[in-house]
Amino acid sequence: MANMSLKKNPMPSQDPNVRNKNFDEVALGYTEEMAIDEAKRCLNCKNPKCVNGCPVNVHIPEFISKVAEGKFDEAYGVITSTNSLPAICGRVCPQENQCEGQCIRGIKGESVGIGRLERFVADYHNAHGHQGGAPAVPERNGHKVAVVGSGPAGLTCAGDLARKGYDVTVFEALHQVGGVLVYGIPEFRLPKAIVAKEVARLEHFGVKIMTDTVVGRTITVDELMDDMGFEAVFIGSGAGLPMFMNIPGVNYKGVLSANEFLTRINLMKAYLPDSDTPLIHPKKVAVVGGGNVAMDAARCAKRLGAEVYIVYRRGMEELPARREEVEHAEEEGIIFKTLCNPVEVLADENDDVKGIRCIRMELGEPDASGRRRPIEVPGSEFDVDVDCVIMALGTSPNPLIKSTTEGLEINKKGGIVVNEDGLTSREHVYAGGDAVTGAATVILAMGAGKTAARAIDEALSKK
Amino acid sequence: MYRIVRKEALRPTVTLYEIEAPLVAKKAQPGQFIILRVDENGERIPITINDFDPEKGTVTIIVQTVGATTEKLSHLNEGDCLQDFVGPLGKATETEGKKKVCVVGGGVGCAIAYPVLKKFHDCGAEVHAVIGFKNKDLVILEDQFRAASSVLKVCTDDGSYGQKGLVTDALKELIEAGNQYDEVFAIGPMVMMKFVSKTTEPYGIPTTVSMSPIMIDGTGMCGGCRLSVGGEMKFACVDGPDFDGHKVDWDLAVKRNQMYQEFEKHKYEETCNLFKKEAQ
Ligand SMILES: Cc1cc2nc3c(=O)[nH]c(=O)nc-3n(C[C@H](O)[C@H](O)[C@H](O)COP(=O)(O)OP(=O)(O)OC[C@H]3O[C@@H](n4cnc5c(N)ncnc54)[C@H](O)[C@@H]3O)c2cc1C
Ligand SMILES: Cc1cc2nc3c(=O)[nH]c(=O)nc-3n(C[C@H](O)[C@H](O)[C@H](O)COP(=O)(O)OP(=O)(O)OC[C@H]3O[C@@H](n4cnc5c(N)ncnc54)[C@H](O)[C@@H]3O)c2cc1C
Ligand code: SF4
Ligand code: SF4
Ligand code: FES
Ligand SMILES: [Mg+2]
Repeated sequence: MANMSLKKNPMPSQDPNVRNKNFDEVALGYTEEMAIDEAKRCLNCKNPKCVNGCPVNVHIPEFISKVAEGKFDEAYGVITSTNSLPAICGRVCPQENQCEGQCIRGIKGESVGIGRLERFVADYHNAHGHQGGAPAVPERNGHKVAVVGSGPAGLTCAGDLARKGYDVTVFEALHQVGGVLVYGIPEFRLPKAIVAKEVARLEHFGVKIMTDTVVGRTITVDELMDDMGFEAVFIGSGAGLPMFMNIPGVNYKGVLSANEFLTRINLMKAYLPDSDTPLIHPKKVAVVGGGNVAMDAARCAKRLGAEVYIVYRRGMEELPARREEVEHAEEEGIIFKTLCNPVEVLADENDDVKGIRCIRMELGEPDASGRRRPIEVPGSEFDVDVDCVIMALGTSPNPLIKSTTEGLEINKKGGIVVNEDGLTSREHVYAGGDAVTGAATVILAMGAGKTAARAIDEALSKK
Repeated sequence: MYRIVRKEALRPTVTLYEIEAPLVAKKAQPGQFIILRVDENGERIPITINDFDPEKGTVTIIVQTVGATTEKLSHLNEGDCLQDFVGPLGKATETEGKKKVCVVGGGVGCAIAYPVLKKFHDCGAEVHAVIGFKNKDLVILEDQFRAASSVLKVCTDDGSYGQKGLVTDALKELIEAGNQYDEVFAIGPMVMMKFVSKTTEPYGIPTTVSMSPIMIDGTGMCGGCRLSVGGEMKFACVDGPDFDGHKVDWDLAVKRNQMYQEFEKHKYEETCNLFKKEAQ
């Protein structure tokens, strides 16, 4: 008998006033009882709309019915037949625009908590181990593939190929593996132990990892193929180049990109006393932007003890961040200054930031993206006292690989041009994830890694 | 892990390290730098490549102890390993097509200036050099500089060695003496590079400086190393570190480098105390 409750089982979470002072995970996860109860809300639709909403087509009703039966390990098998990083996706997918956005139960009431269930299944599996021991490592097939970048795109591509017996090496510029999952998304949203577990899984399948290797500098794509014998290269180098506003004062002391602020905190653990990496501890912070990156930066600043404003030029409705992140940010005491846009950063005689001058905005006609275009209200400038400004305005693909790889075609926005198989303009060179699309989502990056792995396998197995 | 194969104290606070890093050694060019981390809790700090040996697979760096991380580094010995060592980063210095240049080095900046000077020399340019130090005890690399330049002026602030005074005075003398330089190349503390640029500006001598803003990733990802050059935003780790000294917004660059001073002072004291305790 289906559970006809209109509401999802709420997610147990740390109290907002406690969690906004620590970096521990906010959402604590369902218990077995909650998971089974939530799973019973799924109608097991004949034509499941939810699956169409998932970029990697997780067999949602199948895995959920296993959960309803308490067969959590089998549910894990169903999910991982199409999604190799469920513990991560369950936590960070923008479900309201994807699987849950299409769920039939969402028409009247709340959708099934697909993301929460996916997370539960993955966490259950990680906590209880795999029944029947570690999965078998396939025999090597003798083909060598190089993967550039260890974000979700690179990790997925590497994992899929290794499972097919390829000899895969991942080259990562930073000292740690995981891309945005480790340097961008904070611990309180995605514990780094989860990423480490996924990486260990890849190593179990024989994937070699070379950190501290900047492709384009330490070694080029051509050298990987010509000198090191890699038969194919997958580029998953992300979109790490931060944008700044072109307004007076952007270089004052105390103006940071969200990438810098988050890297200091997440990658370098600068909030812990043992870390040698410096970090500012501002009193009042303006975070400019309205996406996931802005929410993460704001919530980190809050945890360092600051009073935090989100400055966003459109309205609350238009915030591009995951809905859950906006809700969590509001609960934690982040102040939203929507419909306003910075025009200048103000500083004292020492070039230390002392404020931000904003102008009010109103929404006009929809623009090319379909969102209503913000327009300045003349004469409405006002100043906000802050001692730190964090720019979270988006990022674009880093030009380093393009500029060191002859014949690699890129588009106007700096993204690598690929065909439907992820193949670039260079033979045997594939690409995917943010490096192709510009800043997007974890699940799309994974999907692209998967597509390329399939194409690489097809191309190399013919050899 | 990256093994230290040679460690040599050039001066009490200036140390040379030769590090095993074959891939970096194979690719390195004068003017480029590496980023290293001493240990698991370590910060990422940029250090210029002083020399490299592709055959042996090693890279040499020269580091001045100024704070917590460089202090920690100085306690490592031959045979010990660095946690991370990544590079070569940044663009190589352009030395082609210059007939006569003057290289100006300040303090440990001389370690950075040296490979550039050598490359100018190897490209067949006539090379003059001016190197400056606080006092006699801090003079480094004098012999190497002498071997690769036709005119060398050594200055100390207190006159304890060579000519008393600033490198800008010595540089001005060389210019006034009628030397026509295609380029002046300056590396050292920001303030020194600023005044070298101010010195050459009236003569219209193209001046290149090697900027050292605070960095983390060194790949263009954080934007922390940004500078204003000719009114445009540049990321020193990928667009530089070399820039036109006449176009750099010096005051901003100097101030931005002081962003974490309080933290750094505290961390340095903490680190020194730790080593003192260990020694007891
Ligand atoms: C703060 C933040 C929060 C986010 N929150 C969410 C969220 O909640 N949900 C969601 O779905 N998406 C979120 N995103 C977006 C998502 O993280 C990205 O779309 C996704 O990580 C892209 O994956 P990728 O593998 O293409 O690249 P990345 O994750 O960017 O990984 C690229 C890797 O390549 C490395 N690299 C780059 N250049 C080189 C080189 N030359 N040589 C070697 N290595 C190189 C980089 O160091 C990096 O490790 C967020 C992004 C940020 C920044
Ligand atoms: C491209 C480049 C090349 C460099 N080459 C050399 C070199 O060959 N030899 C050498 O001795 N030094 C070099 N430096 C400077 C060196 O990076 C700093 O001295 C070092 O980071 C200080 O670390 P600390 O913890 O010991 O001192 P701290 O007390 O933390 O810092 C002392 C001062 O060093 C600067 N600094 C601190 N952290 C950084 C950082 N992450 N990046 C850049 N600067 C920082 C700041 O101005 C700070 O006030 C270079 C810097 C750059 C950017
Ligand atoms: S991978 Fe993401 S979109 Fe797909 S079912 Fe899981 S949470 Fe939903
Ligand atoms: S649309 Fe909703 S109710 Fe239907 S199968 Fe998918 S999750 Fe279950
Ligand atoms: S050091 Fe991060 S962009 Fe240059
Ligand atoms: Mg330091």
